[in-house]
Amino acid sequence: METVARGQPAAETDAAPKDATLIYRQSRWTRLTHWLWALSLFFMLLSGLQIFNARPQLYIGKQSGFEFNNTILQIGAENTANGPRGFTEIFGHRFDTTGVLGWSGPPGQETPRAFPSWATIPSYYDLGTARVVHFFFAWILTATLLVWLIAGLINGHIRRDLAPRLSDLRKLPRDIVDHAKLKFHHTREYNTLQKMAYGGVLFVALPLMIVTGLAMSPSMDSVLPWLNEFLGGRQTARTIHFTVMVLLVLFFIVHILMILAAGPINELRSIITGWYRTDPPAKHDQPTERSV
Amino acid sequence: MAKFQISRRKFLTAGSLGLSGIALSGCDAFDSGLGIGGGLRSFLENANGLTYRAQRFLAGRDALAPEFTEADIRQPQRPNGVTAPDDDTYKGLLANNFADWRLEVTGLVEKPLSLTREQLQNMPSRTQITRHDCVEGWSCIAKWTGTPLSLVLDQAVVKPQARYVMFHCLDTIEQSLSGNIKYYGTIDLVDARHPQTILAYGLNGKPLPVENGAPLRVRVERQLGYKMPKYIYKIELVDSFATVGGGRGGYWEDNGYDWYGGI
Repeated sequence: METVARGQPAAETDAAPKDATLIYRQSRWTRLTHWLWALSLFFMLLSGLQIFNARPQLYIGKQSGFEFNNTILQIGAENTANGPRGFTEIFGHRFDTTGVLGWSGPPGQETPRAFPSWATIPSYYDLGTARVVHFFFAWILTATLLVWLIAGLINGHIRRDLAPRLSDLRKLPRDIVDHAKLKFHHTREYNTLQKMAYGGVLFVALPLMIVTGLAMSPSMDSVLPWLNEFLGGRQTARTIHFTVMVLLVLFFIVHILMILAAGPINELRSIITGWYRTDPPAKHDQPTERSV
Repeated sequence: MAKFQISRRKFLTAGSLGLSGIALSGCDAFDSGLGIGGGLRSFLENANGLTYRAQRFLAGRDALAPEFTEADIRQPQRPNGVTAPDDDTYKGLLANNFADWRLEVTGLVEKPLSLTREQLQNMPSRTQITRHDCVEGWSCIAKWTGTPLSLVLDQAVVKPQARYVMFHCLDTIEQSLSGNIKYYGTIDLVDARHPQTILAYGLNGKPLPVENGAPLRVRVERQLGYKMPKYIYKIELVDSFATVGGGRGGYWEDNGYDWYGGI
């Protein structure tokens, strides 16, 4: 059933009935792994921010500078003439982030904490519990990535849908313009920017998160001593881990915005049921006339 | 008209997505299932067992933590936890420069020991420049000198049923209703016999300072800092965590940290 539907994209049949625009786009492996990632990344982000709160500073190198300065980011609280304020300092540039970063909480009950209560698991300060949550979902995330990789190689998803082709490069400028104008083409294939975004997350960002996470483990450091050297030291690995987290959050925001702009019902249906409404075939030849 | 419906649908979907996000991120309901002993937490903690087995499988008994050079020692070892024990026993020992201090080795051993500082320091020593990784996230490189724990265990002759080495400490870490709690912790015999596991009495070429655990602290280089108790006065060989504090294997473990601190 699935393979038949996938093998015959509705767009290719001429004089297609109205429902021929409905195609089976996402395999059950894609859908299952998508939602497992969504779940585990949600919990890993919020528990990770809690873990970060235990030491809200990022350093470059093998160790943390206490008697020398290799701090590149710091979130903290300080007393000022106007009472306690939260601040965030990046590469020596200090910003007042009271209410969100450094000093936050319900009015009158603010406390010094790097990331606010609403952004962490647990909501109160609890490093031990955050680590339990973080490492549980780290296993889920890694196992899911492996399952996806194997399934995607076997069923052709990676080769067919994600592997960049020469034509993708040719389409790129047009694709960027279309995205900028919020002009979306609903086809079976991913467009070039989609391939870059999904491929970047799955083949670069998530593996980098796993690798930098492992590099922070003193036990793994005895197994793979070259890993920290390659990454520039344990504290650099921690900084990369944090930076890729920020990139993943940005990806998430853009991902949601694109879904909302491209038609959330259709997009959500395809990642839940697999079925996706493509643009009517007649319009495929005249993409310029298509509207959102 | 059609256009209006689409944008309203978008608006509603966006709104409901945003609302559910806020509801989820509050997570107060989630908090309650995460207390120590809670069902949800116990389930999630299974992953810690998996991590322990996976890392033990990969690292084995003898894989060494990276060692660094003198040039990497760029600052004093950052102290953490208790840095100046206020306990009378400790202060008395300190006043006498630990001349009356003894390291007791007891529990499941054939020959219980009571060692002076000199006796420990006259045993073969190991010096290593290693990176101390705190569970909070920071790291600090320093040079440690001490007696390999395995030599002390060999001298005491560990009984076959012993499974863990428990460290008893002189410093009060918490004052509770039922009295003062002094720091305690355990490691298994794999880590206890690891070549880099030493009972350290020297730091950066000098005697171990009070803030870093004088007269004796353990170094367990493949684990995080909370697994390396300071101010040690007794080593006890045990076969389970039943007699160890709250039963989870250490002070911080009883407060929610995992017993295995290799990650």
